This record gives sequence, structure tokens and C-alpha cells, in this order.
Amino acid sequence: MKAYYIFRMFYRELKIQRKRITLTIFALAWGTFSIVVLLAFGEGLNRQMMKATHGLGEGIVFIYSGQTSKPYKGLGKGRRIFLREEDIDLLRNRIPRIELISPENDRSSNTMIYGRKTITERVIGVFPSFGEMRKYYPERGSRFINSLDLKNKKRVIFLGNDLKDKLFGPEEAVGKSIMVNSIPFLVIGVMKDKLQNSMYNGPDSQKAAIPFTTYQAIYGDKYLDRLIYKPSDVTQSESVKKEVYRILAEKYKFDPDDTQALNVWDMVEEEELMTKIFFGIEIFMSIIGSLTLIVAGVGVANIMYVSAKRRTKEIGIKMAIGAKKKHVLLQFISEALMIAFIGGAGGVLGSFLLVELFKFVPLEGFVADLLAHPVISVDIMILTALILGIIGFLAGIFPARKAASQNPVEALRYE
Amino acid sequence: MIKMKKIEKIYGTGTAKVEALRGIDLDIKKNEFFGLIGPSGSGKSTLMNIIGCLDVPTSGEYYFEEKDIKSFNHNQLAEIRNEKIGFVFQNFNLLPYATTFENVEIPMIFKGARAKERKARTMELLDAVGLAGRAHHKPSELSGGEMQRVAIARALANNPSLILADEPTGNLDTKSGDEILAIFENLWKQGHTLVVITHNPNISKRAQKVVKLKDGSIENNNR
Ligand SMILES: Nc1ncnc2c1ncn2[C@@H]1O[C@H](COP(=O)(O)OP(=O)(O)OP(=O)(O)O)[C@@H](O)[C@H]1O
Ligand SMILES: [Mg+2]
Repeated sequence: MKAYYIFRMFYRELKIQRKRITLTIFALAWGTFSIVVLLAFGEGLNRQMMKATHGLGEGIVFIYSGQTSKPYKGLGKGRRIFLREEDIDLLRNRIPRIELISPENDRSSNTMIYGRKTITERVIGVFPSFGEMRKYYPERGSRFINSLDLKNKKRVIFLGNDLKDKLFGPEEAVGKSIMVNSIPFLVIGVMKDKLQNSMYNGPDSQKAAIPFTTYQAIYGDKYLDRLIYKPSDVTQSESVKKEVYRILAEKYKFDPDDTQALNVWDMVEEEELMTKIFFGIEIFMSIIGSLTLIVAGVGVANIMYVSAKRRTKEIGIKMAIGAKKKHVLLQFISEALMIAFIGGAGGVLGSFLLVELFKFVPLEGFVADLLAHPVISVDIMILTALILGIIGFLAGIFPARKAASQNPVEALRYE
Repeated sequence: MIKMKKIEKIYGTGTAKVEALRGIDLDIKKNEFFGLIGPSGSGKSTLMNIIGCLDVPTSGEYYFEEKDIKSFNHNQLAEIRNEKIGFVFQNFNLLPYATTFENVEIPMIFKGARAKERKARTMELLDAVGLAGRAHHKPSELSGGEMQRVAIARALANNPSLILADEPTGNLDTKSGDEILAIFENLWKQGHTLVVITHNPNISKRAQKVVKLKDGSIENNNR
């Protein structure tokens, strides 16, 4: 049938059943609104959480000392296992699948002086590769530790942004000299601000990094506090981890199946867990939103039943002049879809508005960083459109089939 | 064109059982002007609905243009009503929200005719029934005679061979009724087959053949 007539009849229904249709459209809009907004905030939280987790680094693995829990080749359990500097080269040479690797040693309570300002903060000694793995990205016009610094044991220092603010305030830090435990260091870089929720020994923004060689020249640590590496292919993370463990087990003579001998912290595993949790949350929210929409869908079906009943005579006339079942079906289904569409469009528009307006709300702090970044993703839109389409179709098909299967004579007699 | 053998129609069951038609044999030739008369409740409308493929008989055989009506499915019956039969009702049965033009156009939409064709044909028909000037009026703005003329134009939309009218002048004054009669006579001259239920003696006088129903049976078969 012609689209024009369908619109005309829909418009007439709209006038006759105004209250009922308005209420249902509102219910549909509300359902759509809540589902889109819930998912938008969920998605925003998910993305911010991921970003915050990634603030520590992506696909990286930490290894630090542990204690054996199984006897091995005549050695008793309870032995402490420490990592050493030479393990870096050992792993790098034996496992080409390791792309980046760095030791990290640290000391807290280092006195740092600039001008008349004195603070006490943590200093870490690392390789240049640490910067990329751990996202110690330099601000514009500054840099992280490089291989020359490392080779020449240079007294250069890279400052976390919060630490820099404490020591320098708004003043430019790069190129300035500061005293760290009475030793002069040249500031080469300041870390770009980042979102971070996974951490050890405090946020990175409050630490200062120096070349590992320089660190050792000052402190001469016997063991590594921890070792960080990143496999070139994240999908091989598991097997690389096994190989690292096997090689270290061989060197330090512990059972490679003894998971306590060395502590391993795998960010890949952590991310997978987070992804699963958020998937669960999204499903939960989708179900809540969908239920609202289904209730609204019942309203649409009700409207269509009333409308079909009232239009019995009209359907009879149409049948008498040659309307087929499909013509009647089409009319009712398109009307139900139109109602669903109008309600859905209203809800989507409302949620877009809310999400856009949210960008203007000044919110500060870590929690706001996580919660106040709603994102309306294509997935959400497709999901909503799909649910609304199904609701419209189902709400239309049943009354329509009833209307279309009437006896034309009976329908004509209806008053 | 129409052949009926022992057509029966029974409504309801048990004590509520109504035998509306009790064995009707009927033969209507092409281009016949066929009148159907009889007292109220005699089964005229029931018979008309069966002839028009709106309803099916409880028993008996019905051949429309030599084809057994039992062999048609839902959609095929709709197609016959759409293309081969035109209905004219006592109470007009126009679509209230549609204009004169649209009411006439709708059967062509069901047929799937093109917009250009539809428009031309609709104007031609409205011209023929003298309502070209009322194309954009709603039924509520028309007189009874005008509404019935719209209904006739609609019945003719797909140029059907058979026109069925159930008391077409029953709701009209004499003058309007005569106008409708004139249109029917004209159609008959143009080669359409007409079956008209009527209490109007003016119409039954002009019919070639008149059949009188009584209690669901054909009483006499004069003329
Ligand atoms: N749907 C129905 N259910 C039960 N009985 C019916 C139904 N339709 C018609 N009847 C009965 O069948 C008989 C014939 O009805 P029909 O409408 O064919 O009569 P008619 O000759 O057209 O009468 P009128 O001149 O008043 O229009 C009547 O007794 C009527 O009550
Ligand atoms: Mg009747």
C-alpha cells in the first residue's frame, strides 16, 4: 500500500487515541533513554577504567622476588629467590620474543632540593625502555632517560608531574639542576599527566626516575627490586611468561612449577578479568533497559489491539474491495513500528542531549574522571534500534494477524 | 458467468441455527441485468456475499467464470474481489478519512497499478459519475447520492465484469435513486453484468431478469 495512506491513517489514529499513544511513546522514550544512558555511562566507565589500568602499562609483566614453596633437587623449601642485574641480559638473549625489558629499583625518602624548596620523594632507577612500557611519557619539550644517559651513568632525572609541581610550582623544570641527596641532577623531562588506577609504591606522578646505572653507582643494590618486560606479541604472553619462569628456575634452581618462588604480576591477565567484569555489567544494564522497553512494547500492542478493533469495519471495506492479508498486516505493523520509532528517537535524542550536556558539567577528581565520561557507542545504538524494531514488529504482528484473518462479512457488519 | 448449484448457507449451530439459504440454483449470464428481491431476512444479502466471494457457502457448488470457487485461496479470492467484482452497498461503505479521489483510487493501489495510471483512471471515473469537482472532499462533506456515486466509481476502478449492489438506493431519496439507476443502466449498456438487490420497483422493472427469494429459497423465476 502507499506510504502516504499509512501515514494518513496513523495520523488519524494519533488523533483518536491521543492519550494512549502519547503515554506509550513516552514509555518507549523513557525505556530507550534509560537503556542508552545506562549503557553510555557504563561504556564510559569501562573505557576510563581501561585507560586508567593502561596508565600502568599495556601487556606488561612484572617479576619480583619470592620464596620457594617446594623442595627442589635437594634444596629445601622456604628459600628466598632474588633477581639480579645480569638476569636482564640472560632473558633478553634467551627469549627473542621479549620486546622490551627493564629493571626497576627504588628508594623512598630522598631529599630533593630546588632553590629554597625541599621535598622528600621516591627515586627509581630504570632503563630507557621503562619509559615506554610504563607510560612515563614526557611532556612537550622534554624527554625520558635515553641509552646514552644509561651508558654514561649520567646524573639526569625525569620527574613525575605532581612531584615537579611540588618542587617547581608553575616554573619550568627542564634544564634546571636539582639536588637529590646532595648530588646534583639535571632535569631532562617531566611526565605527561595520565590516568592511573593500578600502582605500587604510589602513583607514578609522584616519583622521579634516573638511569639504572646512575642509581647503582649511588646505591649499589645487590638485587633487583623488580623486573619488567613486554612481549612483542601480547597473544604469546602466556608462553613467554612460562619460558621466563623456566629460565629463571633453571638459573636459581627451583621447581618451575613452584609458583611462589618468584612473584609474577601479569597486566594482560588483569585486563582480561576487567573486560569480563565489564561485560557482565553491560549485560546486566542491557537487561534492565530491555525490560523497560518490553513493558512499553506491551503498551504498543495494546494500542494496536484497540485500534484494530475500532477499525474492524474499515478493514471489512478494504477486504471487500480487494485488500489482501499483506495489506492489512503492513498497515498495522508500520503503525506499530512508527510508534516504536518515534518513542525510540525521542529517547535517543534525550540521551544524546544528556551526554552532551554532561561534558559541560565541571567535575574534578579521580572518581569523576572514571564516571563522568559517558560514551554513546555504535553498539549501543544498534542494540537499541534492534530491540525497538523487534518490539514494534511484535506489537504490530499479533493484532494485525487478528485483524487480517477476520471474515470480511462479519467485519463489514461491525459498527 | 455465474453458476450456482444447491447453495446452502447455515449460520450458527443447535437452537441458534439459521438456514439463510436452502439450496439455491442460479445462472447469471454475461451482460445480464439481474434483480434480486424478497422480504427482509429472506437471504438476499447472504446470497450476494457468496456471489461476491466475500463469504463461502456451507454446501453446494459455485462457479465464477467457469472456475470452482473452492479452488481459490484467500489471496486469490481477494484478487477476484479486487479485479472482477465491484461492490455497491446500501450504506456506501466509504473510508471516512479518505477523500473522494482516494476512495476511488484504493482498489487500484491494492491491484498495484502505477500512480500515473491510477490518477488518470480515477479522474475519468469521477468525471463519469459527475463528481470531478468533489475530488478532494471527504465523504462527510457529500450528500447520500454523491457518496453512492463515489462508491460506484470505486466499484468500477479496476473495470470489473460483475457489479454487485445491495440495496443501492435504500438510503437515498427518489431523485438520487433515479440518478443511480441511470448510471446502472448505462453500465449495463457498456457490457457490465449487474446483480442488484432492491426494494425499488423502478429498478426491478428495468432488470432483465428478477428472482424473488423467500426464506432462503427462490420463489418464482419470472421474466
Ligand atoms: N452472521 C450471521 N449470523 C447469524 N445469522 C445471520 C447472519 N447473517 C445473516 N443471518 C440471518 O440469515 C438470514 C438472512 O439474512 P440476510 O441478511 O441475507 O437477509 P436479507 O434478505 O438481506 O434481509 P434485508 O432485506 O433485511 O437486508 C436472516 O434470518 C439473518 O438473521
Ligand atoms: Mg440485506
